[in-house]
Amino acid sequence: MIEFRGVTKRFPDGTVAVDNLDLKVDAGKITVFVGPSGCGKTTSLRMINRMIEPSDGQILVNGNDIMQSDAADLRRGIGYVIQHAGLFPHRTIVDNIATVPLLLGWNKIKARKRATELMEIVGLAPEMAQRYPSQLSGGQQQRVGVARALAADPPVLLMDEPFSAVDPVVRESLQDELLRLQSELGKTIVFVTHDIDEAVKLGDKVAVLRVGGKLAQYDEPGVLLARPVDDFVDNFVGRDRGYRGLGFLSSDEIPLGELKTVTIGEAAPAGEEWVLVVDGERRPQGWLGAEQREGLETVSADRLVPGGSLYEIGSGSLRSALDAALSSPSGQGVAVDAQGAVAGAISADDVLRALDATRRDEQPS
Amino acid sequence: MNILNQLVSWFADPAHWSGSGGVPIRLLEHLYYSGLALLIGLVVALPIGLAVGHTGKGSFLIVGLANGLRALPELGVLILLVLFMGIGLIPVVIALSILAIPPLLAGAYAGIRNVDPAVVDAARGVGMREQQVLFKVELPNALPLILGGLRSAALQVIATAAVASFVSFGGFGRYIFDGLRIRDYPQMAAGALLVAALALAVEGVLALVQRSVVSPGLRASGGARRSPTADVASTPEPAQPDDPSPAPELAGVKR
Ligand SMILES: Nc1ncnc2c1ncn2[C@@H]1O[C@H](COP(=O)(O)OP(=O)(O)OP(=O)(O)O)[C@@H](O)[C@H]1O
Ligand SMILES: [Mg+2]
Repeated sequence: MIEFRGVTKRFPDGTVAVDNLDLKVDAGKITVFVGPSGCGKTTSLRMINRMIEPSDGQILVNGNDIMQSDAADLRRGIGYVIQHAGLFPHRTIVDNIATVPLLLGWNKIKARKRATELMEIVGLAPEMAQRYPSQLSGGQQQRVGVARALAADPPVLLMDEPFSAVDPVVRESLQDELLRLQSELGKTIVFVTHDIDEAVKLGDKVAVLRVGGKLAQYDEPGVLLARPVDDFVDNFVGRDRGYRGLGFLSSDEIPLGELKTVTIGEAAPAGEEWVLVVDGERRPQGWLGAEQREGLETVSADRLVPGGSLYEIGSGSLRSALDAALSSPSGQGVAVDAQGAVAGAISADDVLRALDATRRDEQPS
Repeated sequence: MNILNQLVSWFADPAHWSGSGGVPIRLLEHLYYSGLALLIGLVVALPIGLAVGHTGKGSFLIVGLANGLRALPELGVLILLVLFMGIGLIPVVIALSILAIPPLLAGAYAGIRNVDPAVVDAARGVGMREQQVLFKVELPNALPLILGGLRSAALQVIATAAVASFVSFGGFGRYIFDGLRIRDYPQMAAGALLVAALALAVEGVLALVQRSVVSPGLRASGGARRSPTADVASTPEPAQPDDPSPAPELAGVKR
C-alpha cells in the first residue's frame, strides 16, 4: 500500500507541481493518475521512488516513510517503467532485464535465468535474448521495460506513460497483456497516463489531477464516468462518457429474445425477415437478408452478411450488449454463451430499459 | 637520382635498420615518448571529463581548458619548459601531453553528456548509485566518443613527437633534424614517412581496439536509439560496424 499524506512538490523555480496531495493506493490494485499535460502526474509518481523528493508531507510505502530508507535501496525494491522504455543501449536484452537482480547481488547465472523466465512472461521470443535494444521494435522495447521492472519481483510497480510511444494497435495489445499479467501477479501498480480511455480500461481506481497539482476526483472508473464531481472532470472524461460508462454496468438483467437461426447446409428458409446462420455447433456465421435469399436453395457460407459484435452472456457489460445490438445488420444483437453458441437476441431497447433499472438502483439516496 | 629512388635506397640500406640509430630503436623511442604523453593526458583528462560530464558542473572549465591548451604553440611550450626544467624527458612528455589533453577532454566530456538522459534517468530509477550510473551506464555509452578523442590525440602526439629530437632526444624526429642539419634530404624524407606510417598504424590498432571494446548495441545508427518506434529488428547486423565515416548508402547518395 502506498499513501500520500499532504504531499506538496514545489520546484526551485517556484512551480507547484503537486499541491497537498492526500491519496491511498490500494495494495494489489492498479491505480491510474490521469490528467492534462503538466498537472503533476509524473512528479507524483516519481516522488514514490524518490526520483523527486517531496517538499512537504509524507509518502509511506507499506507503512514506512520513504525518506527513512536509502534512495537506491528503495528503488531496487520498486519496479519502474518509463515512457521510451529507457533501456540500456549497450546491454543485451537479457542483461537489461537482469539489471536489478545483479544490483541486488544475485550471481550472473541466476540473474540471467530469471531474465529468461521474464522474457517468456512478457511475451518476448527467446531468440531476442542476445539482441540489443536498437534491434527491437517499440512494442518489444516496452515489453523489455516491463520485464526489467519485474525482474526482482518487487511488490510495487510504477509506470509512467509506458505505452504512449507505440501505435494504437500495439498499445491495445500491451494494455491487454498488462491486465493479464496483473491478474496473475497482483502487484500494486501506479500507472500514469494522459489518456482517459487507457485510465478507465486499466484502473481499478483512477485519480484525476488538475493543473496546479490538485486532486480533482479519485474513484473507480465506473463512478468517474457516471458521476464526475465537477465540470473539469466532466470535460476531461469526455463527451461520450455516458456510452463508455456502460462498460462498467453489469448486463445480467437483460432479457434474451427469440432469434431465428438456420444451419449451413440446410434449405434456405422462406420469408422476408433476417435469419442468423449458424454452424453445426450453433456458432454464429453471418446473416441472411431478403436480398441474399433470392434464388438460394441451400444455405452456404459464401452469401452471408457479416454479423456485428457478439455479446457474451454472464461476462458482458451493458456497453458490449448495446454494441452488439447496434452493430448487427438485422438490429438484433447476438448473445452467445461461454462456448460461443447462440443463446438468444438482444435489442437496443432492452439494453436501455436495463440501463434505466440500474440507474434507479444506483440512485444516491 | 630522384628523391624517390634515394628514399628507396635509404630504406634498403641495412645500416639504417640496426644499432642505436636504426629504425627499430627510433621506433621504440618514438612510441615511448608518445605513449607516455598519452598516458599522462589520459590520467589528467579522463577523470576531469568524466566528472564534469557526469555532474554537469564546471562545463566552462572544459571549454576554457581545451581551447586554451589548443592555442599554445607546441615548440614554444617545449622551449619554455626546457628553459625552466633543463633538458630532460619530462619537459618533452609534458609538452606532448598538453597536445593530447584537449581532444581527450572533449571526447570524455561530450561522450558522457551525449548519453540519452532517459537512459541515465532509468539507471537511477532501477536503483544504481551515482558511481554505478557513471561506470555501468554512462561510460560504456560514451566509449565511442572517448575512443574517438583518444584516436585524434594519438595522431597529433605521434605526429608531433618529432620535436623531442629538437632538444636532443631520439625518435623518428632524429632523422628529420639530423637530415636538416647535414642537408641529407632523403634521410629527412624517410623520417617524415616513418612518422606518418606510425601514425596510420596506431590509428589502425586503435580502430581495432574500439571495435572490440564498444558494445555492438551502440553500433547501430544513433537515430534508432532515440526513437523506440523504429523497427530495426529486420537488420540485426549493422552493415558498417564501428564506423564514424558515412555509411556506404550515404556516400552513394552524395555523388
Ligand atoms: N524540474 C522541474 N523544475 C521546474 N518545474 C518542473 C520540473 N519538473 C516539472 N516541472 C513542472 O511541474 C509541473 C508538473 O510536471 P509533471 O512532469 O509532473 O507533469 P505531467 O502531469 O507528468 O505532464 P505530462 O502529461 O506532460 O507528462 C509542470 O508545470 C512542469 O512544468
Ligand atoms: Mg509526465
